Formats: sequence, C-alpha cells, structure tokens
Amino acid sequence: MAFRRIILGQVGRVGERSMSSWWRNVQPAAKDPILGVTEAFLADPSPDKVNVGVGAYRDDNGKPVVLECVREAERRIAGNLSMEYLPMGGSAKMVEETLRLAYGENSDLIKDKRIAAIQSLSGTGACRIFAEFQRRFCPDSQIYIPVPTWANHHNIWRDAHVPQRTFHYYHPESRGLDFASMMDDIKSAPNGSFFLLHACAHNPTGVDPSEEQWREISYQFKVKGHFPFFDMAYQGFASGDPERDAKSIRIFLEDGHLIGCAQSYAKNMGLYGQRVGCLSVVCEDEKQAVAVKSQLQQLARPMYSNPPTHGALIVSTVLGDPNLKKLWLKEVKGMADRIIGARIALRQNLEKLGSSLSWKHITNQIGMFCYSGLTPEQVDRLTNEFHIYMTRNGRISMAGVTTGNVGYLANAIHEVSKSA
Amino acid sequence: MPKKSKRKKKRKKKKTKRHSQQKFSFTDMNADQLLNNSSSSSSTDRRLRILAKHLQSTSSSAMESNTVVSASPTSAAGSSVFAHIVQAPEDPILGVTVAYNKDPSPVKLNLGVGAYRTEEGKPLVLNVVRQAEQLLVNDSSRVKEYLPIVGLADFNKLSAKLILGADSPAVQDNRVTTVQCLSGTGSLRVGAEFLARHYHERTIYIPVPTWGNHPKVFTLAGLAVKSYRYYDPTTRGLNFQGLLEDLQSAPSGAIVLLHACAHNPTGVDPTPQQWEQIRQLMRSKALLPFFDSAYQGFASGSLDADAQSVRMFVADGGECLVAQSYAKNMGLYGERVGALSIVCRAADVASRVESQLKLVIRPMYSNPPIHGASIVATILKDRNMFHEWTLELKAMADRIISMRQQLFDALRARGTPGDWSHIIKQIGMFTFTGLNSEQVTFMRKEYHIYMTSDGRISMAGLSSRTVPHLTDAIHAAVTKVA
Repeated sequence: MAFRRIILGQVGRVGERSMSSWWRNVQPAAKDPILGVTEAFLADPSPDKVNVGVGAYRDDNGKPVVLECVREAERRIAGNLSMEYLPMGGSAKMVEETLRLAYGENSDLIKDKRIAAIQSLSGTGACRIFAEFQRRFCPDSQIYIPVPTWANHHNIWRDAHVPQRTFHYYHPESRGLDFASMMDDIKSAPNGSFFLLHACAHNPTGVDPSEEQWREISYQFKVKGHFPFFDMAYQGFASGDPERDAKSIRIFLEDGHLIGCAQSYAKNMGLYGQRVGCLSVVCEDEKQAVAVKSQLQQLARPMYSNPPTHGALIVSTVLGDPNLKKLWLKEVKGMADRIIGARIALRQNLEKLGSSLSWKHITNQIGMFCYSGLTPEQVDRLTNEFHIYMTRNGRISMAGVTTGNVGYLANAIHEVSKSA
Repeated sequence: MPKKSKRKKKRKKKKTKRHSQQKFSFTDMNADQLLNNSSSSSSTDRRLRILAKHLQSTSSSAMESNTVVSASPTSAAGSSVFAHIVQAPEDPILGVTVAYNKDPSPVKLNLGVGAYRTEEGKPLVLNVVRQAEQLLVNDSSRVKEYLPIVGLADFNKLSAKLILGADSPAVQDNRVTTVQCLSGTGSLRVGAEFLARHYHERTIYIPVPTWGNHPKVFTLAGLAVKSYRYYDPTTRGLNFQGLLEDLQSAPSGAIVLLHACAHNPTGVDPTPQQWEQIRQLMRSKALLPFFDSAYQGFASGSLDADAQSVRMFVADGGECLVAQSYAKNMGLYGERVGALSIVCRAADVASRVESQLKLVIRPMYSNPPIHGASIVATILKDRNMFHEWTLELKAMADRIISMRQQLFDALRARGTPGDWSHIIKQIGMFTFTGLNSEQVTFMRKEYHIYMTSDGRISMAGLSSRTVPHLTDAIHAAVTKVA
C-alpha cells in the first residue's frame, strides 16, 4: 500500500515525482504599464530625471503632499480608538459624508434613503465590486468603456467576467472630444446597455464633455434606457470646486437616471495608500436600496470581509468637522490651481520655443493628465534621451510638472516632436 | 413600467461657491492674454473661459447661476435594472453582532465574532500597537503614497520570517514570494484566484466544519469546493481516520485547505504526530497545501509553536501557500492586515509567481492599505517592541485558556449533564460547544447570549464575571431543549 511505502521510505523529502515546481509553467507577467513607469523612474540615476508618469500629486518642489487637514485628523485619531472590524459596508459616517459630496448636500435621494452605498477600496475597489454586482444580477449585460480609458478599467471588468465593448471618446486630430461618434455609439448600442463614464477630468485624456454635451448624453441615455456608471476619481481636483466637478452626475440625477458611482479619496484628499472610496447605486426606493446594499456586501465579504478603518476615519474626521472641511476645500483648490498653472506654463514654454504644432490642448484639457499626442516612439526618446518618464500613450501627469522642470520638459518635448 | 414615485423634483438654482484666490508660481503671461488670442467661439474657448474665470476673481459664474434644469419627460429612466434583487441574508457570523447590538438586555453577552475582549469585556488595542502608531504619526516625513501592488516590502519580508521561521531555508533561498493582502480573507482570495488561473487542479478540499466564509471565498475565486472529514461530534475531537481517508481519495494534485492552528470553529487541532502523517500523505499524492494562519501566537501563546504545522511542510522542500492574518494576534482587525506567501521550489519561479499575483491584485483594489502594515512592520523590526508584543500576545492567549478552565469547572460544579472536557482540550479563540441550533436559539431568547448557530462560542468574549451566566444558560439549554 502507498502508505507503507511512504512510512518506510523517504522520510522528510518529497517524492521524486514532484521534484519540479507546480509553477514552472507560470509565465512572467507583463509589468503594469502605469505603475511600471515609476519603478523605472526610481531606478534611473540621472539628476535630470522627471516623473510625469503616475497620477499622484506633487507640490512645486516635486514632493508628495500630505494635506494639513489630514495631518490634523490623524493627530486626533491616533492612539484613542479601537481597531475593531468595520461592518461589511464600512463606516456609515464616512459613506454618508461621501454621498453628500457626489449627490449634493441637500440631495433628496439621500434624504429618501434611495442610495445603496458601501465603503470601498478606493476607486478600483468600487469599480470591481460594481462589476461583480453587474455580473451577478445582470449576467447578460456588457460594459461600454470609452476609448481611451484608465488601463485598469479593462482589467477590472474582465476579471469580473463582464464582456466589454468600447465607445468612441477621444478625437486624436483635435485632441478633444469625438462627440459625434460618441453619440452615434450611444445610439447604436442596444437599449439598456451599461456605460462607464468619467464624471470629470477624464483619465488619461483630460478631455471632458461640456455641460451642454453632458445634457445631450443624458437625454440620449434616457431614450435608450442605458445604465450610467460614473467613475469619479477627481472630484474637486479638476476645477478646484467639488460641486462643479460633480456637474455631470447632477445633470443625470436631475434627469431621473438611476446611476452607479465610484468615488475615490486617493487624489482629492491625498489618501492614496489608505485605499478609501465609496460605491453607490441609486435605487427606486429605500427598500430596494436596502436589498442592493445587502448584495453589495455579499460581494465584499468573500473578497476582503470588511474595509480598512484608518482611511475612513480620516475622511469622516475631516468632513465631519466644519473647520477641517473648509481647510480641505481650500487645499483641494490649491492643488487644482497649481495644476492649472502648470498647464499654462507648459503650453507657454512650448509656444515660446517656436513649436509649429498646436499645444492648445494642454490648457483645454482638465484634471491631472494631459494627453500630449506624443507617439510611443517619441515617449521612448523622452525617456532614453531626456530621462523623462510617462506612460507610452503620451499621457503626462501635470502634477509632476514644476516651475523647476517645466522648461526642461518643454524643451525635451519640442526636441522629439519638432520633426513630426 | 413602474409608476412614477412620489418624489418631487426640487430644482434648486446652483449657488456658486467662492473660494479664496490662490497664488501661483507660474507668473508669465496670465490667462487673460491667452484668451484674447482666440477668436472663434467653440467648446475650446468655452473651456478656456472656464479656466480664465477660475484664475481671475469673478462674480458668480454665469454658467451656473442662471441655468434652469428641466427634466425631459421621457420613458426609459425611472425603473431600476436591479429591481429584481432580493435582500441577502445577514452574514451568519457578522449578523450575530448585528442582532446583539439590537438587544436592549443588560445581561446580553456576545460570544459571536472572534474578536478579543478583555476581562472587562472591552476591545483591546495592544500597547505596542499604540506605540507604533505614535511613532508613525510623529514621523512627519511619512507620506501616504500608493504602496506597490505587492504591498510594503519590509512587512512582506518580516511576515514571511514570522510564519516560516527566521532561519527558514525557503526564505534564505528566495523561494518565497510574499504579498501584502487584506487580512486573512484577502490573502485567501488572492491565493485562490491565482490557483484558479495557474494551477492545474481547480478543486480545493476544505474541512468539515470550517470558517463560514471559506467556501464563498474559494467559489468566487473560481475553484470547485469539496470537503474532507475533520470534526467528530461524538468525541468532539478530530476524526483523524476520516480525514486520512478523504485526503487519500482526493485526486492527485488537489488543493487542501489546512488551518495552521486553532481550527475555526472547532478549536480541534491535529497533534504533531498527526500533522506528520498528514504531511506524508499529502506529499505522496502531491496534494497542494493551502494554510490559513489566523491565530499564530494566539493559540498556545507561542509564535513558534503555533507555526509548527506550516514549518513542517516547508521543511520537506515542497511547495505550499500560506495566508496570514494580523487581525487577532496584533489586534489590528479593522486595519485589514495580512499576507499571502507562496513557497516555491526555486527563486526564479517565485519571482514569476509574484508577477502573476500582481495581475490578480491590480484589478481588485490596485494596492493594499498602508496603515496597518506600517504598524506591523514597525513592531516586527524592533527587538524591544517585538518582545513586548510576544508578552501581550501570551497574556491574551493565557486569559482565553483560563476562561476555558473556568467554564469547564463551572459546568462540572453545576452538574450539567454531558462531558465538557472538550472545552479545555480545544485550543484557540473558539469552543465548539456541541450545542444544537435549537439550544442556541433558546440561549439567545431566554438568556440573551449570542453565538453562531453551529454552537461556536468565542472564549475571548467571556470573562470571570460572565462565566456564571453562560453556565446557567448552557445548563438550561441542555436540560430543557432537546
């Protein structure tokens, strides 16, 4: 019998048959296109190196920033409370404050308890739970994703096993919105399709629909009965005014859409590593909201059980204190303003260098990113010759641009693009 | 088409908030000059006007204040695509606390979820954790940037050493890939997703019974879930024969979930000799071990003793997965700190495996939360803090062991029918009382004692003060309810 053989035979070492690894066929995975950029940047010894890759805010000295309101909140939090499990749906207080940001301070939907909402692992986690929810309860549905979009959006819905389609969005020639094609795609999609929309500061292009365009989109969505899912990762960060940045969502809500929304505090509160966000789904009534929330929790439980408490505590401390909230709004505006200033400076520098190309899009676009229009080959030259790091789609994180490096950056861009 | 609900649409004029003007560092041309150069009216210029308004001090933006919004009188919007959704049942474990919280009785007792309580019935933040937090808060150079996808490097290395042993050859040979995950749940889920994608056998065997969330984690990850016998209700101990038989008949290469120590919910662990037999059997059939280590140090009070099962498997040179949690042993429940380690045969294999783990993690939550892992790393890398932690850990384990003894003594003194020795034989946070669901319901209704319906009680929720009440309740349940 096998047993006897084992007990009498090899003691301690595993049998010959399984000497090689079970994982020998595991291929090395491709590096994440966005996060891989920072890794490469960090490894570069050049003193001139510039990181305009990942979308994390930097001050004018190129340093990461911890907001004052956050530091103060952390001081208040440290050392007092327990670290008990949050409920599966997360911190109720944090979720409540977060809904007010997206839906409005006096939102009827909030008053009527029609929004099913859970704390999520930042924007990624909110999108993923929604994708899983969509798969489970609308198993025949697909998700329409704009071209281009944040690369991870494709991964998220793919891993949730929701089939994907794309819709036109960016117009390369004008480096603006391809509104006509976008509307065509919205109209020709089957009724009741699910669409992923960037609420503001589209990533990676920085190209947003105008208010009038949003209204048209909302109207067409009603005609077609489409489901709008908003990914709002930059509220407050785009224009400096959170209310203004939520305009697209408010338009849809006024038109009666029952939306879904992913919110993140990674950028606008600088809480990147804390992984704080919120997933919300607007329902017909309170009863439905209770049911939907319970199902969202059922998806969170086998993924991570309940969300992390620390970041949520920071958010609810900041937003729950009128003075801290005021401070936060001021600091968010400061960040947004610096980025807007960086856009202006970069464009001016390029124009002063006598570039024959149009760089208007740098100031037309909004939010953290500028879709420069540079080709992958030009980006490679920027990296290899000038030690400038960005993603190969030509996306520049404006947060990485400073008064110190804008001239160098403009010069380098001009160099690689002037023969274009 | 559902009728329009009673909600009224109050359309409010949007007020523009005015924020204080911010000075910029870029001082050349200002936005005005930029705008004057553009001539055509287009969305481009509208955007520039928006930007310009933003840079100048303005009175209220014309854009917002006069906009009247009218909802189009249309059909499609109004009914939800999720209208068919029914409410999910409460989570069987977390739902216990929900019910407990609603109970107004002054004698209520929560023996549901496995979170440590002091003798006073309070949650506990370890001193060493408070210290670590203060250090972190006072360190103004710290920022909150994204961690790498695999988490905090220090934390990962230290976690691997903690479970595998500081002198583990697997660690020294760089054959272990460790990724920070969201506590035990997250580590299990990421490991299971990896297996579902890259491992040739997609079935995992889980013990009966096991933590209620295990089957859901593995199913959602894409694995098929089967079971092996584990608990013997007649002895309230291990059904070792059944365990061996079931593993023997599993297909070669199947994944097997093993509780590293302090089995949840039963508290029944194999002896070291039994572990050795399990190891030999599993290796002979090339069954892949997936350890869930949620109670290292918490079970016996010794970190090394509680890691023996895992180390035994790693010592034979074979491969395995280990999910670690710091929820209980460091009291970091809500911070969601854990680690998944995959022990591979070779370093280059470990490196490729890590790259694939990143592909699982990125579309799930991008990168893990920084706070809890920073606390753990701070403690593990400092000799004094580490030592202090071991003392606090032993104190928690000792209190639980003493509760076991007290409850056992009280039931015996009371003359409650039955053999209650399993209370002191079982180990870890939980006791599988052997009470049935009717008895559990009785105890909740009549005595306001809350536990999961399988009769599992969390010893951490007991104190000297509450042992008599629990004894009364058990006695009543056993004598009055079948």
